[in-house]
Amino acid sequence: MSEITRDTVAHLAALAHIEMSEEQLQATAGELQQIVQAVAEVSEVAGDDVPATSHPLPLRNVMREDVVGEPLTAEEALSGAPDAEDGQFKVPAILEED
Amino acid sequence: MSDATLSFEEAMENFDPVLGFEVHVELNTKTKMFDAAPNEFGDVPNSNTTPVSLGLPGVLPVVNKKAVESAVRLGLALNCSIAPVSHFARKNYFYPDTPKNFQTSQYDEPIAFDGEITIELEDGTPFTIEIERAHMEEDAGKLTHKGGATGRIQGAEFSLVDYNRAGVPLIEIVTKPIVGAGDRAPELARAYVTAIRELVKSLGISDARMERGNVRCDANVSLMPKGAEVFGTRSETKNVNSLRAVERAVRYEIQRHAAVLSSGGSIVQETRHWHEDTRSTTSGRPKSDADDYRYFPEPDLVPVMPDPAWIEQLRAELPEPPAERRKKLKAEWGYSDEEFRDVVNAGVLDEIESTVAAGAGAGAARKWWMGEIARLANVKGVEIAELGVTPAHVVEIESLIGAKTINDKIAKQVIGHIADGEGGPAQIVEARSLAVVSDDGVLITAIDDAMAQMPDVVAKVQGGKVQAVGALIGPVMKATRGQADAGRVRELILEKLGVS
Amino acid sequence: MTQNIVELTAAELAQKLADREITSVEAVQAHLDRISATDGEPLDAGSRSAGRSGLNAFLHVNTEEALTVAAEVDAARDRGEELHELAGVPIAVKDLIVTKGQPTTAASKMLEGWMSPYDGTVTQRLRAARMPMLGKTNLDEFAMGSTTEHSAFGVTRNPWDLSRIPGGSGGGSAAAVASFQAPLALGTDTGGSIRQPAAVTGSVGVKPTYGSVSRYGVIAMASSLDQVGPCSRTVLDSALLHEVVGGHDPQDSTSLTDPATGYAAAARAGAAEGGLKGLRVGVLKDLTGEGFQAGVEQRFREAVELLREAGAEVVEVETPNFRYALGAYYLIMSSEVSSNLAKYDGVRFGRRTLPDDGHLTIERVMAATRAAGFGPEVKRRTILGTYALSAGYYDAYYGSAQKVRTLVQRDFKAAFETCDVLVSPTSPTTAFPLGSVDEHADPMEMYLNDIATIPTNLAGVPAISLPAGLAPEDGLPVGVQFMAPARQDARLYHVGGGLEALLTQANGGPIWKDLPDVVRAVQDLSDANVPGATEGAAR
Repeated sequence: MSEITRDTVAHLAALAHIEMSEEQLQATAGELQQIVQAVAEVSEVAGDDVPATSHPLPLRNVMREDVVGEPLTAEEALSGAPDAEDGQFKVPAILEED
Repeated sequence: MSDATLSFEEAMENFDPVLGFEVHVELNTKTKMFDAAPNEFGDVPNSNTTPVSLGLPGVLPVVNKKAVESAVRLGLALNCSIAPVSHFARKNYFYPDTPKNFQTSQYDEPIAFDGEITIELEDGTPFTIEIERAHMEEDAGKLTHKGGATGRIQGAEFSLVDYNRAGVPLIEIVTKPIVGAGDRAPELARAYVTAIRELVKSLGISDARMERGNVRCDANVSLMPKGAEVFGTRSETKNVNSLRAVERAVRYEIQRHAAVLSSGGSIVQETRHWHEDTRSTTSGRPKSDADDYRYFPEPDLVPVMPDPAWIEQLRAELPEPPAERRKKLKAEWGYSDEEFRDVVNAGVLDEIESTVAAGAGAGAARKWWMGEIARLANVKGVEIAELGVTPAHVVEIESLIGAKTINDKIAKQVIGHIADGEGGPAQIVEARSLAVVSDDGVLITAIDDAMAQMPDVVAKVQGGKVQAVGALIGPVMKATRGQADAGRVRELILEKLGVS
Repeated sequence: MTQNIVELTAAELAQKLADREITSVEAVQAHLDRISATDGEPLDAGSRSAGRSGLNAFLHVNTEEALTVAAEVDAARDRGEELHELAGVPIAVKDLIVTKGQPTTAASKMLEGWMSPYDGTVTQRLRAARMPMLGKTNLDEFAMGSTTEHSAFGVTRNPWDLSRIPGGSGGGSAAAVASFQAPLALGTDTGGSIRQPAAVTGSVGVKPTYGSVSRYGVIAMASSLDQVGPCSRTVLDSALLHEVVGGHDPQDSTSLTDPATGYAAAARAGAAEGGLKGLRVGVLKDLTGEGFQAGVEQRFREAVELLREAGAEVVEVETPNFRYALGAYYLIMSSEVSSNLAKYDGVRFGRRTLPDDGHLTIERVMAATRAAGFGPEVKRRTILGTYALSAGYYDAYYGSAQKVRTLVQRDFKAAFETCDVLVSPTSPTTAFPLGSVDEHADPMEMYLNDIATIPTNLAGVPAISLPAGLAPEDGLPVGVQFMAPARQDARLYHVGGGLEALLTQANGGPIWKDLPDVVRAVQDLSDANVPGATEGAAR
C-alpha cells in the first residue's frame, strides 16, 4: 500500500473540510499509516469471484407512495440555525461557484 | 476578459464538433425524491421541508415510488434498457445548498441505460442521438447571493439558503458523444433539448418549464481537426436554461475552442458558465481534486429491482412518441409544413389537439390559438397555456359564431375578457350584452335612419348599383355597436329596396 | 424504600405498578434520586467538558417531563385505562437518539445546545408506551469509541470500579442500568457499543438483527452497521423493551417487516426447567484463546459447561474469515462515517465556528466549525474514511471490505447449518483503567476491544451479551455473547434467559448482589476531586 504522507492527509482534510494544524497533519499521517497497514490484508483476502455486500440483509424495492406528509414550519426548520435572515439560512460568502 | 473567438464558418472549415448533453429534468411528483415534503414551486422559503429534506441529524431517506415509475417510463420512452437491479449512491461534496453535503444519486448502476432518441432538425432532417444513461437523483436548495452589486456570487457578502427545492426528484439524461453534426451542431443542440422537453411533457412526468428550471441543460463541447477520430478536450457549459441559450452557447463554445486551438493553444477541461446578457461563457473552475466525489453505495437505501411485468405494463401504456404523434396530427389536420412548424414552435400542439377533439375544426383551432390567443399571451408576457383560455373555451366560441350569436370581431373581445378572468364565453356574452343584434325591428329602425340620411345612396342601389349598399351597412353597424350581423343587414336593406 | 424500588427489574416494577403497590411517580422519583446520588457534581461549573465527579452517566436529566409522564400514567391507571405493560416504567436513552423537548448532543460539541424539532421512531414508541424518559446518557462522541472517554462532556465511570472504563460507546446507558439509575436504557450498536459496555458493567445488552429496530431519528455513525437495542439488568427486561421499540417502520428503508413479538415469552421459556435441552451451541474457536484475559476465558468456559449440563449440545465451530472482520469493519465504518458526518458543517443546525484569521468564506467556516466541533477520534475516522473512498483506493479498501463482509456472512451461514446459536466471550478483557489506551501511539489498540462483537454487525445477525460472573483476578464482570441467525432474535432471549437462570442458581443470586456501594464510592471520589464538595454535602 502506498505511503501516507503529510500531504496525503492535507488533501484528505481539504476533501473532508476539516482544518488541521501542521502538527495535526503530521501526527495524523503517522496514525493513518498504522491503521492502513493493519487493515491492508483486507484487500488481499477476497478474489474477484466474491461479490460485495453493501447491505447486511437482502431487502429490495422499499418505496413509499407519493403522498404529501406534514412539513416543518419555516420557523421549525430554522429553529436550530446558527444564523438566519428573512426566513432563510444565512451563510458567509461562497468562495467559488459550484 | 472576454475570450477570443473565431467566426463560426471559419471554425467549421477546420474542425468537427463533438457534443454531449446532460439534461436534468425535475419531476412533477407531489412529494420529494426521498421524503414526503411537498414538491412545490414558489412557496414561502423553507416551508416545504421535513427533517429529511433539511438533512437533520438522524434522518433517513425513503424512495418515492412515483419518481421511480417516472424514471422507468422516461427510460422506456428513450428506448433504454431498464436495469434489473439499480442502486443509489452518495456523491460526496460540500456545498451549502446540499443539506447532507452529499447528493443521493445513482452511479454505476443507473435505472436506465443504452437508449436512443431520433430528433428532427428544423428542416425535418432526422438525427439519432444515443443515450448513455438516465438516472435518478435529488435537486439542491436555492442560494441567493446578497450584498454584492450584481446579485452574483462574486463580490457577495453572504448568501441565503432556501431548502424548499432540496430533495426534489430529478432525472439526469446523459447522451453518448454526438459526432457528425458538423455546422448544424448548434441547431442540433436546440432540437435535442426541445425533443427531451416535449418527451417529458408528453409523458406527463415534468412541467418542463425551462424558465423555472424544470429542464436544465449542461452542454459539453469539444472540437477535433477535420477528419480526426480522437476527441478533443471538452468544456462543460452550465446554466443554459432556454432553448435559445442552448443553441447560442454551443455555437459560442465552438467558436471559442476553435480560436484557442487555431492559435496553438489547448483547451482546459473545465466548467463554463453561460451568460445570456453577454452571450458568452466564462470559466468556472478547472476539474481538480475537489471533484473526487467518493461515490459509494447509499447504505440507507436498498436496491431498486423493477418487476419485469410492471415494466412491460408501463411500456404498453406509453403515449405515442412525439415525432409520430406530430406526423399523425399534421396529416389529420391538413396543415402545410410551415403552418405545422409554427404551431409546434408556438407550443400549442396540445391545445389544438384538445380543441379539435372537442369538436372544433382544425383550421378554426389554429386560427384562434395562433392568432388572438397567441397575440394576447405575447402582450401579457405569459405562456399561452397560462393565459386562462382553454380548448373548451375555443370550442364554445366557435359554436357561438356558428349560431351567429357573435362574430369574429366580438369573439376577440370575448377572449380578452376570458383572459381577464370574467368567466366562460357564453357567460361573458351574456353579462356584457355582446350578442349580435338579431332583432330585425331594431335593425330596420337603424336602416330607415341610414336611408333617410343617404337618399343618394338609396337611389344608386335602386338604380342597379347593388355594391353601393355597403355605404348603408356601415352606419347600421355603427348604430348597433358592431353587434349586428352584417349579412343580415344587407339582406334587409336589399329587401326593403326591392332589389333582391 | 427508594433503594428497593431502584433494585427492581423492569418486569418486577411493571408488576408492582400494575398491582398498584407503588406509583410511577414514586418509581421515577426514586431513579431521579439515585441519579443525583451517583452521577456526581460538575467538576467545573464553567465548562461541561470536564464532566461530573461521579458516574457521569447522564448528559441531561429530564426531571420535569419524566415526572409529568409518570403522573399521567398514574392518573390513567386510576381511571382504569388500559395501559402498556411497561407504562410508567422509566427508561434512559442514549444521547445519539433524537428527542423532542430534550437536548440531543451525540456527546459532541458540534451539537451542544441543539434541540431536535422531531422525535426518532424509537422515541415515539417509548412515548406511545408511556414510558417516562429519565434523560439522555453519555457516549463516545458520535458513538466512536469503546470507553466513553471520547465524550466531549467527560468520561463515564464504571460502577464496579470508578477508576475504570464503562465500555463504549454506550458506557452511559450500561453504567446507568448497572448502577440502578434506570431499569432500562436504549443503546446503539455499530461494532459492539451495546454489548461490550454491557459485558464490562455486568449488565445485559442486545444488538438486534439489522432492521429489527428503526434507525429513524438515530444519529447515524455507520448506516449499514448501526442498530438500536435494549440495555437492562436481566434478559427478560431487554426482551420486553425490544418488543416496545422493535417492528417495522416505513421511515427506515432498511427496516424489516417482522413483528417484534415473542421475545419475552422466549426469555421465560428458556429460563424454564429443561428449556435448553437439545439446543445446539457452537463455540467459536476463533474468538477464544490468544488475546483473551484468563479470567474472561475461565468464566466463559464455565458458562458453556453450565449449558452442556443443562442438556445443550456444545460443538466447536470455525469461522476462518473472522480474522479479517476487524479490518473490513474499520474500512466500512470509517467510510460511512466520513459521509454521514458531512452534514455537521455549521449551516443548518448546531455549532458554527469562525476561522481565527477572520477570513469569512463558507468553505473556511465549515472547515473551522468541523475542526472545533469534532474530537480527535471523530476526525481520525473521518480522514480514514475519506481516504478509503477516495479515487484510486476505493477498490482496494471499501470494495475489498465489502467482499470480506460477504465472506464473514458465509462463515455465519456455515456455522448456523450445524448450530442454533453461537457463543463467545463478549470482550477480550474486563474493564480496564481510564486513560490506559493511548490511541496516538497505537490507534488499533482500542479497536481490538471490538474483535468479538464486530462480525455480527458486518453480517447483520443479532447478538446478546449477558453477565457470566466476575473474573477471579480482578473481581470485575465478564460478559458472554450469543449470536443467532438473522431474524431469530427470539432464540437469543431463549438461550440468554436460560443461561441467566443457570448462573443465578449457581452463584446464589444475580451478579449485582456483589456490586459495591456506588453512592459511597462516588462520595469518596467527589471528596477527593471536587473542592468544596464536602461542605456542599454537609449543608
